[in-house]
Amino acid sequence: MHEFLFLLFGAFCVGGAINLLIQRKTINSALSLIVVMGSLALIYLLLGAEFVAVVQVIIYAGAIMVLYVFVIMLLNAGEEEVSKSNNIAKYFGIPGLFAGGVIGIWVLLQHHPEDKGVRIGELYGPASDVGMMLFTKYLLAFEVTSILVLIAIMGAVVLARRSNS
Amino acid sequence: MIPISWYLLLSSFLFACGVTGFLTKRNVITLFMSIELMLNGVNLSFIAFATRLHQLDGHIFVFFVMVVAAAEAAVGLAIIISVYRTRETLNVDRVNLLKL
Repeated sequence: MHEFLFLLFGAFCVGGAINLLIQRKTINSALSLIVVMGSLALIYLLLGAEFVAVVQVIIYAGAIMVLYVFVIMLLNAGEEEVSKSNNIAKYFGIPGLFAGGVIGIWVLLQHHPEDKGVRIGELYGPASDVGMMLFTKYLLAFEVTSILVLIAIMGAVVLARRSNS
Repeated sequence: MIPISWYLLLSSFLFACGVTGFLTKRNVITLFMSIELMLNGVNLSFIAFATRLHQLDGHIFVFFVMVVAAAEAAVGLAIIISVYRTRETLNVDRVNLLKL
C-alpha cells in the first residue's frame, strides 16, 4: 500500500515537473508546479512528517504560488518567446544530461540491497516536538529568520512601488 | 518499506528538472519557478534523511528553507514587476542592462 501511494504521488511529481518544462505558457507551468508541491506534501505525510506536510500546503502551495499566479496575471505573461538555441546545447547537453542521469541512478541504487529502508510511520514529526526544538535548539536561527522576513517585506514594498519622479 | 534511494531518486529528478528549466527557459517567472522546484527537491531529501536517521533537525531545516523561499519569491517578484515597468518584457535575453 505504501509503495503504491509513493509511486502514485511520485508519478504526479515527475509528471508535474516535466510538464513545467515543456509548457510554453507561464500560467500552465505555475499550475503544474502546484501539482508537484501538493503531491510532495502527501509524500511528506507518507514519511511521517505531518508538520512539514501541512506547512508545505499552506506556505508553498498556498502563499507562494498564489503570489506567482497573481504576478503572472498582473503582468499578463502569455506565451514564452522562443530564442535561438545553441548547437552546443543540442549536441552536448542532451547526451550529457542522459549520461549524468544514468550515473546518478546507478550510484543511488548501488547501496540498495543493504538499505534497511524508511519505515512508514516510524517517526512522526508532530508539531509540538518541532515547535519545542524550534524554540530551544534553533531559537537564534528562528529569530534571525523573522528579521529576514521583515527585510523581505520592506524590500518588496520598496521595489514594487511606483516611483513618482 | 520504501528504500531511501527511491526518495533520493525522486529528489534528484526534481532538482535536475529545476536546473534544466533554469538553464533553458527564457521567461523570468518560469526561472523563479524552476528555483522553487530545486528547493522542493532538496526538501524531500532532507525529510527522507530525517525519517531515516530518527532526527527532527531535518524538519527544522525544511522550515527554514521554506521561509527563505517565501522571502525570495516576495523580493524577486517585486523586482520582476519593477523590471517589467521599465522594459515591457519578461524575456531574460532582452534584460541585459542593469541601468535604465
